[in-house]
Amino acid sequence: MPNLTRTEVLTDAQTHYCPGCGHGIIHRLVAEVIDELGIREKTIGTAPVGCAVLLYDYFNCDIIECAHGRPPAVATGMKRVQPDKIVFTYQGDGDLAAIGTSETIHAANRGENITVIFVNNAIYGMTGGQMAPTTLTGMFSTTSQDGRGEHGEGPPLKVCELLSSLEGVCYLERTAVSTPKDVISAKRAIKKAFQNQIDGKGFSLVEVLSMCPTDWKLSTAKAVDFVNNEMKTAFPLGVYVDRS
Amino acid sequence: MKKIHFEKHRCKGCGLCVLFCPQKNLRMSEDLNDQGLSYPEEIDPACCTACGLCFRMCPDVAIEVYQQVAKDKKQ
Ligand SMILES: Cc1ncc(C[n+]2csc(CCOP(=O)(O)OP(=O)(O)O)c2C)c(N)n1
Ligand code: SF4
Ligand code: SF4
Ligand code: SF4
Ligand SMILES: [Mg+2]
Repeated sequence: MPNLTRTEVLTDAQTHYCPGCGHGIIHRLVAEVIDELGIREKTIGTAPVGCAVLLYDYFNCDIIECAHGRPPAVATGMKRVQPDKIVFTYQGDGDLAAIGTSETIHAANRGENITVIFVNNAIYGMTGGQMAPTTLTGMFSTTSQDGRGEHGEGPPLKVCELLSSLEGVCYLERTAVSTPKDVISAKRAIKKAFQNQIDGKGFSLVEVLSMCPTDWKLSTAKAVDFVNNEMKTAFPLGVYVDRS
Repeated sequence: MKKIHFEKHRCKGCGLCVLFCPQKNLRMSEDLNDQGLSYPEEIDPACCTACGLCFRMCPDVAIEVYQQVAKDKKQ
């Protein structure tokens, strides 16, 4: 049995995330996968605008900061210029599915050989809890105060379902970090998404349903319940595409 | 040697480790860490199975679990 200790792919820095935020768990999973695959020296991450904007402080590998929503475009450029590098994006739902929708869809459609980690917390976390494309129907946010859907906002955008029609996509899976079992499954999916890139198989995206207790205005325990009960119903977990 | 180690000054007091410990071995401390927050402490170290679920749920990697120690102890 292995000892469970802090991977060296994470820096020693204390993160700025709120207590109980899912970003910290997802950082650890990505870092452990990079460690286990032995690719730290050749990995380049792309940081989003959003709560994960300081990614470069937390990872012991190269990280480039991108304009809001542009990580798939930046990652495309880097991977094409340096195909021997392992390039991943780490993006929130506002970054990936609102301002960056176009970059996401076209990178997926082109089948870029990159790995996308998509953190879906159904809200704009960093800016204080505005409605995201993924905010659930009926859910409160500062810009959907009567609950999403009451004023023509439309239903939540389902990224895995949306991308699954594209022929360029290699692998799409939706996971969560709201139970230990989900955390272990999410790590497997993330590892597969990196392995696909190493094997030259093309565009892999892992969506991770994640807690934002602060902007949901819930306790840690209630935030976990919200993912397990509400979010998993709106966004079913599972493998959506696997052409690996 | 202990099976789990808390890096208590990293802890943000979220309580996820307490919530998911299947042995109910953890509780939040009365004492405060450097950040002024409660951190987890063990209720009964003997009942810890070194399952690692607290490590897996901690967003701040403030817990380490020594599964090998637990295994050696059994043998
Ligand atoms: C061009 C531009 N437009 C808008 C913003 C404001 N802004 C900062 S973060 C953010 C959304 C963050 O939400 P998300 O991507 O879901 O990340 P989270 O914080 O939830 O992890 C927005 C709209 C910006 N920084 N730049
Ligand atoms: S606002 Fe939400 S997503 Fe951002 S650090 Fe806090 S809990 Fe995490
Ligand atoms: S290792 Fe398992 S049993 Fe021990 S404290 Fe952590 S969750 Fe509880
Ligand atoms: S899960 Fe981590 S940060 Fe949260 S209370 Fe436990 S040790 Fe502290
Ligand atoms: Mg978000």
